[in-house]
Amino acid sequence: MRYVDEYREPRLVRELMDELSGLRVPRPLTIMEVCGSHTMALSRFGLRKVLPPEVRLVSGPGCPVCVTPSGYLDQAIALARRPEVILASFGDLLRVRGSRQSLEEARAEGGDVRVVYSVLDALELARTNPERAVVFLAIGFETTAPTDAAAVAQAEDEGIANFYLLTELKVMPPPMRALLEAPDVRVDGFLLPGHVSAIVGWGAFRFLPEEYGAACAVAGFEPLDLLRALAAVIVQLTEGRPSIANTYGRVVTEEGNLAAQGLLRKHFRPVSSHWRGIGELPASGLGLQPGLTHRDARVAFSLKPVQGRENPACRCGEVLRGAITPPECPLFSGRCTPASPQGACMVSSEGTCAAYFRYERLAGSAPLSDRGTPAGANPKAEEVAP
Amino acid sequence: MSERVLLAHGGGGGLARQLILNEVLPALTNPALAPLADAAVVEGAPRLAFTTDAYVVTPAFFPGGDIGRLAVCGTVNDLAVSGARPLYLSLAAILEEGFPLRDLRLILASVKQAALEAGVVVVTGDTKVVERGAADGVFLTSAGVGSVGRLPPGWGAPEPGDALLVNGNLGDHGFTILAAREGLTFEHPLKSDAAPLNGLVFALLDAEVRVRLMRDLTRGGLGAALNEWVSGRPWGFDVQESQLPFSPGVRSLAELLGLDPVFSANEGKLLAVVHTDDATRALELMHDHPLGREAAVIGRVTEANPGLVVTETAFGSRRILDQPAGDPLPRIC
Repeated sequence: MRYVDEYREPRLVRELMDELSGLRVPRPLTIMEVCGSHTMALSRFGLRKVLPPEVRLVSGPGCPVCVTPSGYLDQAIALARRPEVILASFGDLLRVRGSRQSLEEARAEGGDVRVVYSVLDALELARTNPERAVVFLAIGFETTAPTDAAAVAQAEDEGIANFYLLTELKVMPPPMRALLEAPDVRVDGFLLPGHVSAIVGWGAFRFLPEEYGAACAVAGFEPLDLLRALAAVIVQLTEGRPSIANTYGRVVTEEGNLAAQGLLRKHFRPVSSHWRGIGELPASGLGLQPGLTHRDARVAFSLKPVQGRENPACRCGEVLRGAITPPECPLFSGRCTPASPQGACMVSSEGTCAAYFRYERLAGSAPLSDRGTPAGANPKAEEVAP
Repeated sequence: MSERVLLAHGGGGGLARQLILNEVLPALTNPALAPLADAAVVEGAPRLAFTTDAYVVTPAFFPGGDIGRLAVCGTVNDLAVSGARPLYLSLAAILEEGFPLRDLRLILASVKQAALEAGVVVVTGDTKVVERGAADGVFLTSAGVGSVGRLPPGWGAPEPGDALLVNGNLGDHGFTILAAREGLTFEHPLKSDAAPLNGLVFALLDAEVRVRLMRDLTRGGLGAALNEWVSGRPWGFDVQESQLPFSPGVRSLAELLGLDPVFSANEGKLLAVVHTDDATRALELMHDHPLGREAAVIGRVTEANPGLVVTETAFGSRRILDQPAGDPLPRIC
């Protein structure tokens, strides 16, 4: 298949794997893959196992379903119970539990919850059901937000009055800054999210090497992309010259997608947002502009903020901060499996726990990034045995 | 006669009889069905296999087949992979009031065609009509019986070293339905693989290939079938990812939507576990059969990872191939 096979070419992949395994790493390093699709691709292609033993790879807060707080789901479920509302959502969100139940359970109890593949499907629902109120669950990062903005623009143009967003959109740079300042997390370098970077441009991450000395590479999602990016980060760290390497140049530029950025600015404004595992971060979310509050489901349905309850035994929060890897959570693969998930990270197809459960349970070949991290510990890079 | 199914067609009166006489019998007549008795009386065999399946696929018509073809192939294949020669089928239809008779005729014609390909006879059936909104167009149920002959030694008991074979490109049916529903078209068109597999199965069994296990790869695809087999066993499967055959259309759609085609449904594909010494001969027999041109040896039974399916990627890394949790796509068959 064109444009895919080239980036999975077995000979080149093996060469790069050998090169990576052979890199001399003078000290233990922790590299975070920020994006949920990277987490999944690294596991799916079996790439966690080829890193030098000194390199620990942890996952970050880049799975949109995972970082969405349970209070948001509680609000969505309350909306689904109203007879006039059609709730439109991406499929991943349906099985995530709020404080009491999931959208899937609310649907079984009679709530009108529809799975859509795009916000434009939700807009179509609004067009064809003018007597109902269609609320789209707008979650995600800079990657999905521009299409949400475009849908709002289209609803305004066509005068579709019954289309609303329940927003929990987030932007990526603030949590990365928060992680670098957190006392229990140590990250030396980042695989920067490829698709977010395509929108915001890699220039938006310049603060990482400049202010925090973090090594960075913008990564694509194929084996060669990921291996090249990992090698670039490790080389920057061993040479002591942190910067941003753009190894996804076929998609990502320094300034990003200006048209998408314009759409975002026109329809959304920065708002404070709550991240599961990280907490409330100022200007880390996107809310509708003041002129568009008639599209805001919170305003239209007078929703009160809900303080959601999390399952106290679930350690999703620490997984999302890269403080632990999934096997260190006592629930992992015992009480918590994709068939009966206890936390969001096991539900989402991009979730770190789901990736580890699906791909990383091979006896005798636990991922190298887990070496020397006893279950339940809260390890730092220095404690990882080489 | 109106060109749509009416509630009265299910009423048991004259109109119901007309529907059978005008539509069903011309398509499917045979000596066992023709008397339209309460039950068909047929010749038996000493050991029988008996199976049933319900079909609710949407859309009812799709590239490569329709719900009628599925209703025959699905049931025939369940019998064949159990080592049974399919003999007789039943067919029951639940029709929604207003269903176009033209579509019913097309469906019956493909039932006829598929039964002919499989060498089976539809000997009994039923029709019910429900009011508009109580069903979605047409639902079918078919049951089938087949005769079980002598099975190869070691049937049901795989051993480490045994070879895993599939008879061709995987995931065609599931992705065809998905593309049909979403109105997606591709440079390489997708087509369902719905086909009766009894000919292929008995090409192997009649040649005394030592087959240990066989399974048709319907819902959940190869991934689900492999995982169901290894669960709780003292052995597991090693699968070579690079050997898995996929059509270009399936590969494109899988990449586009981020779905793993290993879990996509098939309606004309089987997985066979075969004694290692018979693997080459089994592969040749499959290649010689029209439904096995793209057949491949995809892996081995192993003691190294009991209870697990492990795949090796094209570049030598290994990972677990696990069951998907939920059903990504309801009503595919």
